[in-house]
Amino acid sequence: MSPKTLYDKIWDAHVAHEAEDGTCLLYIDRHLVHEVTSPQAFEGLRMAGRRVHAPDKTIAVPDHNVPTTEGRENPDQMPEDSRIQVAALDSNAKEFGIHYYPVSDVRQGIVHIVGPEQGWTLPGMTVVCGDSHTATHGAFGALAHGIGTSEVEHVLATQTLIQSKSKNMKVEITGKLQPGVTAKDITLAIIGETGTAGGTGYVIEYCGEAIRSLSMEGRMTVCNMAIEGGARAGLIAPDETTFEYVKGRPHAPKGAQWEAALNWWKTLYSDDDAHWDKVITLRAEDIAPVVTWGTSPEDVLPITATVPAPEDFKGGKVEAARRSLEYMGLKPGTPLSEIEIDTVFIGSCTNGRIEDLRAAAQILKGKKIKDGMRAMVVPGSGLVRAQAEEEGLADIFKEAGFEWRLAGCSMCLAMNPDQLAPGERCAATSNRNFEGRQGRGGRTHLLSPAMAAAAALTGKLTDVRELM
Amino acid sequence: MDKFEKLTGVAAPMPLVNIDTDMIIPKQFLKTIKRSGLGVNLFDEMRYDDKGNEIPDFVLNQPKYRQAEILIAGDNFGCGSSREHAPWALKDFGVKCVVSTSFADIFFNNCFKNGILPIVQPQEVVDALMADAEKGENARMTIDLEAQEITTSDGEVYPFEVDSFRKHCLINGLDDIGLTLEKAPSIEAFEAKAAQERPWV
Repeated sequence: MSPKTLYDKIWDAHVAHEAEDGTCLLYIDRHLVHEVTSPQAFEGLRMAGRRVHAPDKTIAVPDHNVPTTEGRENPDQMPEDSRIQVAALDSNAKEFGIHYYPVSDVRQGIVHIVGPEQGWTLPGMTVVCGDSHTATHGAFGALAHGIGTSEVEHVLATQTLIQSKSKNMKVEITGKLQPGVTAKDITLAIIGETGTAGGTGYVIEYCGEAIRSLSMEGRMTVCNMAIEGGARAGLIAPDETTFEYVKGRPHAPKGAQWEAALNWWKTLYSDDDAHWDKVITLRAEDIAPVVTWGTSPEDVLPITATVPAPEDFKGGKVEAARRSLEYMGLKPGTPLSEIEIDTVFIGSCTNGRIEDLRAAAQILKGKKIKDGMRAMVVPGSGLVRAQAEEEGLADIFKEAGFEWRLAGCSMCLAMNPDQLAPGERCAATSNRNFEGRQGRGGRTHLLSPAMAAAAALTGKLTDVRELM
Repeated sequence: MDKFEKLTGVAAPMPLVNIDTDMIIPKQFLKTIKRSGLGVNLFDEMRYDDKGNEIPDFVLNQPKYRQAEILIAGDNFGCGSSREHAPWALKDFGVKCVVSTSFADIFFNNCFKNGILPIVQPQEVVDALMADAEKGENARMTIDLEAQEITTSDGEVYPFEVDSFRKHCLINGLDDIGLTLEKAPSIEAFEAKAAQERPWV
């Protein structure tokens, strides 16, 4: 047999039909659903008199719209349009008989945090969701990617997707991370290297010592932002770290099925002489804590750098950089560590897991945030929140001056009331710094949870290594 | 789905690179449970000021481009989220074709599901089309999907590639769920086999 990549292996195991022109029907093992991109898909099923093909493989949770403040079970807390969307998911879940975690359930949270936490996401699976950050699940060695609403309807109706195969890219991070450098810095540094279109047409497999050394939480952070690099999906081959995380989760296999699953999962790696269409190698030692300065996730620099000038770029990026600097209210040559911050947001499917909260709490312990700073922690799920409370992290955040919120997407995309005002500058652990992303006129700097905590303390973008 | 065969219309130039889905349709408009009515909010934050007045400089607010049916765009158009509201908003405004050097993967897929044709062209062709689009409403381009050709206002012809299955669906306005359901026996056979091989799924 010819050598294969991990992507090749998962792909081959899921082709349900291949047409003469190479177009495939790829079978989908898990379909995650949230309230924003699904109402039109369910409506489409109803109009056509179709049912959900595999309700037992379909899992729904409201996350994008939901308020993160106490008492949110009261529908009056939500604007009418949000309430209608959440109510639509509620009734669609019941009508079509799919798994559902309502707002009142402690297991509710961001769909990409709930899936792995509940053991729905397993190695070697195909996982889709009407959300681009579905890439997160690639951390388990699952082929996972975002789809649009028409494709959501297609998967609901057929449990397949019409797909053509992507190319294979290997991103290797050699060596060991330096203190203060995290999975978030790795994934941002990669995008800084490749650009936001560098991964277009590819599925990326992340590998190398620095990736292997990451926890599952860190691996999810890396894969989460594969989409910001333009890739269809990001993957990390499953290993003992993966199996350890999965074992015992509510929907993970048990007993003899666990053994059978483990046997297959252990074959899920790229063969030594597999073909790669593109290879990128970075040294972990060369990665510093990074922040974004502009309005594209590729606008990444080490915290020790200065704001660039438009002339530092080429082609269409010159005008884009000029526009970004104007939007961000930044002058070329300003040290990044002198940029003053109004707000700190810790959360999202990128960095809303327990390890992220631990990293931030470690910096904040026994300290107070800068006077006048608005700071919030939004745990990625009700269970992450409960665990953080049990570990005493919630108290550290609250004593430091952070708001301690309920689970949801929150200020990552600001569809709920958690938004920036025009001109408000935010250090955010989320994934996109687009214009208006966190609120019209809001200014976003992406960074790691530890860096966000450091910024909350000093009131400026800060090299976390100085506080360690 | 509406058919796409041949289109002759005004092309609007949008040379900015990395036009993302938050620019195309900001999140406050994602709270709809319908697919229609989003055209008025297409490019909302670029198109209107914070009082809701049109920003005259924005390309689609200029009289010559208000009826644009084609966009000539900078690199990596449609990057960002999976929101199909982006092509829904373009379609509702009247845009049926976007040409760029590259598109984000999910946006690219979403276009085809909505009768919009995204065309990838090399930089020099995008530059030439951009220059043609700059001429305004008298410079009407023709996009012939059957022939896979773009013809500029001064008669220059540029061929383009398109996936044969997607072309077939666009030209015939086909609902691909219906097409897939015709393959139900293959799907069921796959499920039976997978239940044996990977029963834990």
